Amino acid sequence: MSDALSLETVGLTKRFGAFTALDAVSIKVRAGSLHALLGENGAGKSTLVKCVMGYYHADDGDVLIGDRGQEIGSPRAAAALGLGMVYQHFTLVPNMSVAENLLLASGKVPAVVDWKAERAKMTRFMDSMPFRVPLDRPISALAIGEKQKVEILKQLYLDRRLLILDEPTSVLTPDEADEVLGFLRGLVDQGRLTIVMISHKLREIYAYAEEVSVLRQGKLVGAGRTADLAAPELTRMMVGVETLAQPAARAPKPAGDVVLDASGLVAADDRGRRALDGASLAVRAGEILGLAGVSGNGQRELVEILAGQRDPEAGAVKVHGERYAADRAAARKHKVVCLPEEPLKNASVPTMSVAENLALRRFDLAPMARGPWLSDGAIRRAAEKLIGEYRIRTRSPATPIAELSGGNVQRTVLARDLSEEIDLLVVANPCFGLDVKATAEIRAALVAQRNKGAAILLVSEDLDEILELSDRVAVIASGKIAYEAPIAAADRQEIGKRMVAH
Amino acid sequence: MAAVAETSGEAASPTRGAWALDRDRLGAIAEAIAIPLIALLAGAALFALFMLATGYDPVEVYALIWAGGFGSSFSWSNTLLRAAPLLLTALYTAVPARLGLVVIGNEGALVLGGVAAAGIGFALAGAPAAVAIVAMGLAGMLAGGIWVALAGALRHFRGVNETISSLLLSYLAIALMNHLVEGPLRDPASLNKPSTGHIGDGFMLGALPGTDIHVGLAIGIVVCLICHVLIRHTRTGFAMRVVGGNPAAARLAGLGVGPLLIGACFLGGAAAGLAGMIEVAAVHGRANASLAVGYGYTGILVAFLARHNALAIVPVAILLGGIGASSGLLQRRLDLPDASVLVLQGLLFVAILASETLRGRLRPYFSGR
Ligand SMILES: Nc1ncnc2c1ncn2[C@@H]1O[C@H](COP(=O)(O)OP(=O)(O)OP(=O)(O)O)[C@@H](O)[C@H]1O
Ligand SMILES: [Mg+2]
Repeated sequence: MSDALSLETVGLTKRFGAFTALDAVSIKVRAGSLHALLGENGAGKSTLVKCVMGYYHADDGDVLIGDRGQEIGSPRAAAALGLGMVYQHFTLVPNMSVAENLLLASGKVPAVVDWKAERAKMTRFMDSMPFRVPLDRPISALAIGEKQKVEILKQLYLDRRLLILDEPTSVLTPDEADEVLGFLRGLVDQGRLTIVMISHKLREIYAYAEEVSVLRQGKLVGAGRTADLAAPELTRMMVGVETLAQPAARAPKPAGDVVLDASGLVAADDRGRRALDGASLAVRAGEILGLAGVSGNGQRELVEILAGQRDPEAGAVKVHGERYAADRAAARKHKVVCLPEEPLKNASVPTMSVAENLALRRFDLAPMARGPWLSDGAIRRAAEKLIGEYRIRTRSPATPIAELSGGNVQRTVLARDLSEEIDLLVVANPCFGLDVKATAEIRAALVAQRNKGAAILLVSEDLDEILELSDRVAVIASGKIAYEAPIAAADRQEIGKRMVAH
Repeated sequence: MAAVAETSGEAASPTRGAWALDRDRLGAIAEAIAIPLIALLAGAALFALFMLATGYDPVEVYALIWAGGFGSSFSWSNTLLRAAPLLLTALYTAVPARLGLVVIGNEGALVLGGVAAAGIGFALAGAPAAVAIVAMGLAGMLAGGIWVALAGALRHFRGVNETISSLLLSYLAIALMNHLVEGPLRDPASLNKPSTGHIGDGFMLGALPGTDIHVGLAIGIVVCLICHVLIRHTRTGFAMRVVGGNPAAARLAGLGVGPLLIGACFLGGAAAGLAGMIEVAAVHGRANASLAVGYGYTGILVAFLARHNALAIVPVAILLGGIGASSGLLQRRLDLPDASVLVLQGLLFVAILASETLRGRLRPYFSGR
């Protein structure tokens, strides 16, 4: 493996139409360092690194790699220089195996693949990694955290000298994140790699990065050594002088009737493997049930069943005591809202506008629909209201949602769903990819819904989030509920043990 | 979210937002027009090379195509006559495409629609003309619609690839027509070209006032408009676009994906079936092998060139109608075989498919970076 590369941008400017996403940004990343890039959702972090990778072409400014000015025309050219990037959205081919994806990533697939040699090489590589993923498994069958690990493994497999990670840990549990970042930190310390990491998690930044640059609304607003910058100062740089939303206190009231009653759910995952194996749980009105678990233990399938995206093989879902069909009429009748993870993939229509995505739940009701007709005006007005309330950074309601920053896609989906009147809310990892401010706001909104009497099933891989928000905690492991306790009696150690026990 | 008190200056100011919107919109529209234009030019250039290679003068060929398709009122009416069925057969592909389906059995749906219409028209001899014409139209639409709905249902319930199944169903439909016109529905008087019985002059569709173009052209344009309005301005159309954009999100929203998929297939098939009915009721008077002369296949090309936009189908159908209309002239003047026009169409199709890679890459140039 060759040596780490330095990176410098000088006055980088990028405009999308009339919108300036990057405004003369200059950052300096020393060779052999781990540099964090911080900023609110929509600050321009992804845009900056995409310009470096040649994915976007800057309108102005220069990129210096290893102190030499480089005209990087495409990600392929960047790869030739030894640059690699893990994008915020997955770039794996879903119906191909991990091994095939690794091969594909090298960019030079021979006409006839010598699988034996390739496999040997990959196996050797995997064995040298502290975290691994089965080579034969199709990507579509991986849990979100595993996919992210494949993305990172892919870059390591390609011997990069400068690695850019766009929110690499947003879909990992804190333990997984430590495992991955600890290993990467080691490579940096050996002088083999320079890393630029985008993250919203201050804990990680203090633990692993030595320097940091902060963006706000497309401008560089601060930079320095993490050792010299206290957390409040960093937060202020990121969000300005505003204060964070405080989660509303959980009103101490007893939980009401059972709203969601799922019993004996059995379901197969995309590979046909049994993912849910007789899971049963109940959530009452006015309580948050936090469902913890290592990703890949059936939580995705559970949420998909409740969202109507997957049919269970056995078991029953009841809402308000009635069998729940998970179609539009039933969801409306029982006021059920489901919010799966990976919103761009599961909960929004990338080709449609922000306004249309915001209208997804109500387009067939007045005032958005008049008889069979759609009212563009009503759709737009409703969108403008939500965009303002939830501060979604979009150029206009008519912008395709795929053009929003990752965090703003999440905000759009949350704005649409949390603004509904809700009896039962099922959310999976709602704060993945959200900045500190938005995270605080979303958590406050969840508690507010609970206080209004909604039953909430919060599926999360972030144990801190679960312990902060839940009234009751449950653990899912190998497709079964392995633990359940009221928050007062919940024991962190015990939960951790149940999460990994089989 | 109630917790969010202040609306900070984060969001772009309204005026700036509105302006950006206009440029974005313009950029998107400009790109949507530029890509097919580039594809047309590239396809035409390839055809010119092909002509050169086979010893013809491309300038002369294109001049003749122009003259044959658009040069005189005679060629215009020939062009529009050919455009009429293309408008409808293109919808066969374009409507399901909005839901992410690629169905290409256009020819079969047209043929079945034609046979059904001819059969009904013949059977209703003596009925009032208006009743018979409406019945023929309905029969054509039902036949075409059900045929394609089959492909949609196979896809939804059994996961069968709809492209293949629609194509196979199309071959089946053509064979079925041959069987019917040679057997049960054959008019004994049709000797060397087996056909159904003539529906009678009373049931024939007339010409547009002041022209010799039959009303099928107007029907085709109206149906294109209806489809556009349906997709763009109705609840059902919105749901269809959601399914096309992301089936997982559609299921999350509780939309009935199956009925929408099958319904869109039915709609597309009904349009092609109506084209068959019009060919029978306005041109041939009976169903026979002349129904399967390629309007279906050209319809696929029209739909792709129009990027499955129901409004864009109108000009594109006229353009391809014109190219088709010029083939006679090419044959007479240059002794070019009939198939050379098909070569041009094929090259255009390849260029269109290839041009899809430009999508999203031109927009920055149009919205002024
Ligand atoms: N392809 C695009 N076309 C138009 N606008 C874009 C495009 N990509 C990004 N933008 C806009 O540029 C701004 C910066 O986006 P960017 O993705 O860089 O944000 P980010 O800092 O990575 O945020 P997040 O933390 O949410 O991922 C956003 O307002 C976004 O809407
Ligand atoms: Mg980003």
